[in-house]
Amino acid sequence: MLKRVLVLAASVLPLMGSPASLSSATDPVPAVVAPSPLRISPAFYKQSIIDIFGPSIDVEGRFEPEEREEGLMAVGARKVSVTDAGLELYDDIARGIAAQVVDEKRRTALIPCKPQSATAADDACARTFVTQTGRLVFRRPLTEQEIATKVKLAGEAATTLKDFYAGLGAILGDMLIAPDFLFRHRAIEPDPAKPGEYRLDGYSKAAQLAAFLWNSAPDDMLLTAAATGELHTADGLRRQVDRMASSPALESGVRSFFADMLGFADFETLAKDPMFFPAYTIKAKGQTQEQTLRTIVDHLIIRQGDYRDLFTTPRTFLTRSLAALYNVPLVELADNGQPDRWIPFTYPEDDPRAGILSQASFVALHSPSGRSSPTLRGKALRENILCQRVPPPPGDVQFNIVQDTSNPLYKTARQRLTAHSTSPACAGCHKITDPIGLSLENFDSSGAWRINENGAEIDTNAELNGVKFNGAAGLAKVIRNDAALTGCVTRRVYAFGVGAQPPRNDEWKAIEKKFADSKYNFPGLMRQVALSSMFFALPSTQETAK
Amino acid sequence: MDLKIDRRQVLRGMMAGSAVTVGLPILDCQLNANGDAFAATGARIPPRFGTWFWGLGLNEGEWQPKQTGTNYELSRQLVALKRHQKKMVLFSGGQVFLDGAANNTHFTGVQGLMTGKVTGSAEYFGSIDTLVADVVGNGTRFRSIDVSCDGDPKACWSARKDSGKQPAEVSPIALYTRIFGPEYQDPNAADFKPDPGVMVRRSALSAVSEERASLMGKLGAADKAKLDSYFTSLRALEQKLEIQLQKPEPLQACTKPSKPKEDEQLSTLATVAMERHDVFAGLIAHALACGQTRVFNLSITQGMSGLRKEGEPSSHHTYTHEEPIDSTAGYQIKCDWFSMLYMQGLANFVTILDSIQEGDRTMLDRMMMFAFTDHGAPRLHSLRNYPIMLFGSVDGRMKTGMHIASPGDAVTRVGLTVQQVMGVSVSAWGVGSNRVTNPYSEVFA
Repeated sequence: MLKRVLVLAASVLPLMGSPASLSSATDPVPAVVAPSPLRISPAFYKQSIIDIFGPSIDVEGRFEPEEREEGLMAVGARKVSVTDAGLELYDDIARGIAAQVVDEKRRTALIPCKPQSATAADDACARTFVTQTGRLVFRRPLTEQEIATKVKLAGEAATTLKDFYAGLGAILGDMLIAPDFLFRHRAIEPDPAKPGEYRLDGYSKAAQLAAFLWNSAPDDMLLTAAATGELHTADGLRRQVDRMASSPALESGVRSFFADMLGFADFETLAKDPMFFPAYTIKAKGQTQEQTLRTIVDHLIIRQGDYRDLFTTPRTFLTRSLAALYNVPLVELADNGQPDRWIPFTYPEDDPRAGILSQASFVALHSPSGRSSPTLRGKALRENILCQRVPPPPGDVQFNIVQDTSNPLYKTARQRLTAHSTSPACAGCHKITDPIGLSLENFDSSGAWRINENGAEIDTNAELNGVKFNGAAGLAKVIRNDAALTGCVTRRVYAFGVGAQPPRNDEWKAIEKKFADSKYNFPGLMRQVALSSMFFALPSTQETAK
Repeated sequence: MDLKIDRRQVLRGMMAGSAVTVGLPILDCQLNANGDAFAATGARIPPRFGTWFWGLGLNEGEWQPKQTGTNYELSRQLVALKRHQKKMVLFSGGQVFLDGAANNTHFTGVQGLMTGKVTGSAEYFGSIDTLVADVVGNGTRFRSIDVSCDGDPKACWSARKDSGKQPAEVSPIALYTRIFGPEYQDPNAADFKPDPGVMVRRSALSAVSEERASLMGKLGAADKAKLDSYFTSLRALEQKLEIQLQKPEPLQACTKPSKPKEDEQLSTLATVAMERHDVFAGLIAHALACGQTRVFNLSITQGMSGLRKEGEPSSHHTYTHEEPIDSTAGYQIKCDWFSMLYMQGLANFVTILDSIQEGDRTMLDRMMMFAFTDHGAPRLHSLRNYPIMLFGSVDGRMKTGMHIASPGDAVTRVGLTVQQVMGVSVSAWGVGSNRVTNPYSEVFA
C-alpha cells in the first residue's frame, strides 16, 4: 500500500486550488504534494467523542487494529485505510454513540434545539444540530450542500421511523463513519504570502495542532482561529499554541504520545499465565499502563522534570493491586474503602527499581506469557526508547547448540542465550539486544521482582556501548545518559505530530538544542515543534517518494 | 422438473405461515436435474471457500507421506485427518523463493504463499481468499468471516488488493451476535418484513457514498488511492444492508446455532484456543449453511505462536527454537504436541463441514478449505517443503484423495490451482521466481 501510495503521490499535485495546467501529464513533477490523510487512532476517536459529547458517552466496541511504522502508530496511520470488517466495527461503534447522544436522558443537553414534535421531522432543528455538531465532528464547517443533504436525510428518517431523534441518530451515525471523521485530511491551498506556493489550509492546521497537543478534535476557539486566518500568522499561531500548551488537555496529548511510543497497543493481546503469575490480574494489567502514564504526566507536566530523569525517578504511583504485583509495602492512610485508589509512592534511594523501564508496562509487556525474554526487552529498549533498529532473525537457522542434550542444563536465560549466541548467524543481533535485556532479569514475566530463576542466582551484569553496569538501576543510569535517548524522543515527537520523520536541517538542530538548553523540558519540546515552520510544511515530492 | 412448486408455498403450508426455525427435509422438487441444488428457486448455490491457518508448520519427517498419488499412507502427524483422507489433497515439497528479499520470519513465507509476491517489506495485499471472494463472495451479508482463536485481531491473513489485513473477530459471542444477532434474517422463515431501521441506514449511507466525487475532487492521487479502499469497504457495508432488505432464499441446511457461552479470559493456553476454534468452526459452518457468507478465514494464531501447554512457561514458538530433538523419538516432542493438537482441530472443523447435508452432497463436498502454515520445518523456520491441504471437491470440480509431492517447486502452484478450481480467471500468478503458470492439473476434474 505504501509503495502504491507513494508512487501515486510522486506523480500528482493535490487538486484543491491547484491550477489546471499543473495536473497535465506532460508537466514536470510538481514541487509539493499534499500530506497523506491519517486514519484517526482509537485513542483520538475516544477523546474526540468525550470532548464533543461529554464523558458520559460510552465508546463501546473494538477498533480496526493500528499499524506501527517507524516506531509509531501515528506514522503507520498514513498508510492504513479501512477494511470491510474494519468499517463494520466503526459502524457498530458509531451507532452505539449516536443512540446515546439522542437518547432521552441526554438529548436535552446534547441537542442544541428542541423539535416542534418528537415524532416528526423538523428541518430547522436538524439543521442546527448538523451545523454545530458537524463542525466539531468533521473538524471544519460543513458546506451548505453537506448540511442540506444531511437535513433532508434526517427528515426522511424521522418520517419513516416517526421519531425526530432517530433521524438525527442516523445522520450522526453516518458522520462518525464518514471519511471526513475517520481520516484526518490535510488540505492545501495557494499561499497568498508566497505566490506559486501552497500551504495547509487553516482547518487542517487546527486539526493537526489539536491532534498533536490534545489528541483530540479542535475546540471552538481553534476552529474560529482557523476561520479567521489567525493560524496563518506567527503571532496568532503562537497565541493558540500557548493556549493549548497551558491547557489541562495537554495531558491527553502527552499520554497519547507515550502510549504510542511505548507500544501500549500491544497490551490488548498480552496475557500472563495465572498459574505462574497469580498477582498479574486483568485489573493489574490495565493499571500497569496507567501507572506509567501517571508517572510520565507527573514528572513531565506537573513537575516540569527533565525527560531523561523519567528513566531514573524513584517516584511513581501505585494501587494495592500493583503493590501486590511488585511486592512492595503500600501504606494507605487516607481511605481504606478504595482498593484501586492511586497513591503516590517513592522507592527508597537504594532500591534497584526506579524509572519507567522497571515498571511492568515495560518489563511485562515485552515478555512472553510464561517467562521473561531479555531479547524482547533489549529489542524494545533499542527500538522504542533509543530509535535503533534491530534486524529480524534469519530463517533456516540451526539451533544445534541450544538443542544439544549433551550440554549441561541451561537454567537461566543468560545461560540459554549465551549458548544460542555462539551461533554466528545469531550472534550479531543478540549482541545488541541481550546484554541490556539481561540487566532486567530481576523482573519476571509479570514485572515482579525476583533473585533466582529455576534455583540459580540471576546475574544482571551487563554492558551498553562499552559501559559496564549492573541491574535495572545501572541500566537506568546508563540509558539516562545515552545521547540516543533525547535524540530519539525528539524525532518521535515530531513524527507523532506530522506523521513523517523530521528533516535534518538547521531549524531541526535548533529545536534539539533548545530541548537540551531547557534541561529536556518535554512540554517545551512539544511547543517548539508545533511552532516550527516544519510542522505545517508540505513534503517535497522527493522526500515523500523516499 | 416440469412441476413448479414454490418452496415458500410448501413451507407456508407446512408451518401454517408461522415463522418457526426448523431443520427442513429436502424435497425432490427442490433439487435440479443433478440433484445438487437446494434452494426453492432451484438455483445452484455458488461454491464456498475457507482458509485455515496454523503456525509453525509440522515437524520434519513426521508428516510427509512416503508415497504419492492416491494410494498413500498418512504419516503420524496427520493421522487425525485419516477419516477425511479421501476428501483431501495433500501437497508437499513446495517452497517460497525470496529472490534476494529479506526474510521476515513468520511473515514472508505467508506473504509469498498467500499473495504470490515476496517484497522484503510488510506489504501484504491481495490474498488468495479475496481473489476467490471476488468471484464467489458477492450477494451475501458478509464478504468474508475472519476469525482468530488466540485473541489476536491481527492474526488474520486476508487482505484485499487495495487495503490492509482484515481485522479478525476474536470472540465467539461477538461473532454470533454479528451473524445471528438482531439483524439476522432466517432464510427459512415464512414471513419477511424489511426492517425500517435498516432502510433508513441504507438510505443514509448512500449519502456518504454520494459525497465521494466531491471528496475525491479535493484530494491528490495519493489520498485518492487510500480513500478508494475506504469506499470499497463502504460499498460492502451498503451491500450488507441491501441484502438485509431482501427476502433471503430458503436454505435447507440452515439452522440457527445456539448462543455460545461467555468468552474465556484472554489466555495463551493452546487448549483454550482450540476450544474456541471448535466454537468458531460451528458458527462458521452455520453461517455458510445459512447463506450469510461464502468465504471465511480462520487463524489459530499469528505465525509466531505464543500458545503454551498448561504448566509450561515457554511457548510453542520458543520450543521450536530451544527444544532438543528427542534422541529416542527423533523429533521435538513438545512441538509435536502442539502440531498434533492443531491437526485434531483441523479434523474437527472438516468433520463439521462434512456432517452438513446439502442435497445429495455434504457442505464440504460443495466447497474448498485451504489449510496452510507459515513455515516448512519449524525448527529451522524454513521456507521449504510446506505442508498444505485442500479439503472438499467444490461440487465435483476437484479430484481429491491424493498426495502430490513436488520438491523445489514454487508453492504458489497451489495458490494458482486453488484459484482456477474456484473459478478465478487467471492463467499465471505470482511475481519473480514465485510466478507460476502450471497449476496441479491432476486435481482438475
